[in-house]
Amino acid sequence: MISIKNVTKTYGNLTALDNLSLDVSENEVFGLLGPNGAGKTTLIHILATLIKPSSGYAVVNGNNILDDPCKVRSSIGVVFQAPSSDDILTGYENIKVHALLYGIPKEWREKRISEVLDLVGLTSRKDDQVKKYSGGMRRRLEIARGLVHKPRVLFLDEPTLGLDPSSRDNMWQYIRKLVEEENVTIILTTHYMEEADQLCDRICFINNGRITAVDSPAKLKETLSGDTIRIRFEDNVNQSTVLSKIEELSLLDFVHNASYTDNWLVITVNNANKNIPKILSYLDNVNWIEYKKPTLNDLFLQVAGNSMDYDDDAEGGFMERYARYDKS
Amino acid sequence: MMQREVLWRDMLGTISHNLDREFGQLYALWLREFKVFVRERSRLVASIFTPLLWLFVMGSGLGSTNPTNTGANYQLFIFPGIICMSIIFTSVFFGSYIIWDRKFDFLKSVMVSPATRTTVFVGKTLGGMTNSLVQVAILLVVGYIIGIHFDPLSISQSVVIALILSFALTSVGLTFGSFIESLEGFQLIVSFVVFPLFFLSGALFPINNLPGWLNILTQLNPATYAVDALRGVILGQGINSFQTDIMVLLFFTFVLGILGVLSFRKMKAI
Repeated sequence: MISIKNVTKTYGNLTALDNLSLDVSENEVFGLLGPNGAGKTTLIHILATLIKPSSGYAVVNGNNILDDPCKVRSSIGVVFQAPSSDDILTGYENIKVHALLYGIPKEWREKRISEVLDLVGLTSRKDDQVKKYSGGMRRRLEIARGLVHKPRVLFLDEPTLGLDPSSRDNMWQYIRKLVEEENVTIILTTHYMEEADQLCDRICFINNGRITAVDSPAKLKETLSGDTIRIRFEDNVNQSTVLSKIEELSLLDFVHNASYTDNWLVITVNNANKNIPKILSYLDNVNWIEYKKPTLNDLFLQVAGNSMDYDDDAEGGFMERYARYDKS
Repeated sequence: MMQREVLWRDMLGTISHNLDREFGQLYALWLREFKVFVRERSRLVASIFTPLLWLFVMGSGLGSTNPTNTGANYQLFIFPGIICMSIIFTSVFFGSYIIWDRKFDFLKSVMVSPATRTTVFVGKTLGGMTNSLVQVAILLVVGYIIGIHFDPLSISQSVVIALILSFALTSVGLTFGSFIESLEGFQLIVSFVVFPLFFLSGALFPINNLPGWLNILTQLNPATYAVDALRGVILGQGINSFQTDIMVLLFFTFVLGILGVLSFRKMKAI
């Protein structure tokens, strides 16, 4: 459905995308994950033909973004990071304007508009001006607008950014519903691991314009080094006993690694649920035990590297910040 | 024979389909501008206030000194000029809405649709023309109140002039808006355009007796021909014939329209 070939985008000295190649198949929910400024939005803008790559090309739904931008645009829907509907118009009017821009024939225009409004649960509020909508409703309106022309590919750029946890849950439900009801490939960017884990069939990690990992969430989690168990002993246990226990534990085939630091015995194992009792049978005087399944967050930190580099997106001038503030 | 007929039908079908689509897009872009204009009534009130101030304060004040030297009523004399003034200001400053659209990301959502840049430009221009036309309609009513006699012909001719001038000047505004990024910058730069357009149009004084340099500048101003044409249509005091004024005005409009389309094509999408 989408095939990206060696796409590079540079802004002066800054390389936003570095020779990136990627394939997305039909009806897949594909997540682009990465820290701020990793190049996710740039990639979406290139695929949506809003900016041109410095080199390389991409084919979206059979049309090259360089040769046939107009055809590409007809076959995609884009939901931008910042809401882009006109807040003086009503929800219905916003969608109607877009239905007309995409040349949806009169015969099924109204039917389709009410269909998408229904899909995102805004039918009862469709005649309210958008300025009276909440942040979550605005995002949903954008999704309805992006879907009105039955696109083959829908881009969702940070669909839950800045939403409170309950609106985010809500949004996830709507996204799942549209995956079921609409025959559409979805490219979703996010920097919430949980979101990618919940919604995506495959995830692609991007950092500094390069792909660092692509796979299904489950497979990606497998590549992490198993579950982590942390154990604390009673005060009367001395270090040498613990160290000898570590040697014993290291011989077990389900244990990857064991170490003792800052009075914590840290063991990484396969399948902690099953193996904790076995480990406990080796140890005496345990005071405290906790364990953690690996999350995509750990993977994110592992592949994203130095967290100090994260926040290098330009904030924009006063008006930009004001505009963003006003919207959310 | 059969095949050729089918081919023709297909071709006509495609053309009419594309036209449908194109008109739909123009309608969409215009509809949005119109709804915004109708809902933000303060814009209309504010934009109608300045012309009225000129008409009544300057018209009556300066009128008491007989500046046209002909004994004609000065308030009536400047009435066509004030109509053009309101078109000049509304149309050129309409260009700032493209900057707003960019700031509030609405433009991005239009740019990602299949509408061509030319369509976006024309749609936006139609919106600007509508705004101007509503103001002109209000001013024509005011003209009737201050004693101008209209007939159906003079009203329709006035509307034609207003439409052409507002197309030309909305193009100017949108051309500036397409490459200026900040609203402050737009206001500043555009006021250097708007005031000369107004003062050099003969809106406030007769242009048949001007010193050479001023004469040349007024001849180069598209608004001059609109003022003259309106003065001819409304008061019977035009210098050139209606046809001449319209031809010159159309020429300016054509050039400025092309410039606008080109600048929209070059405009960055985001």
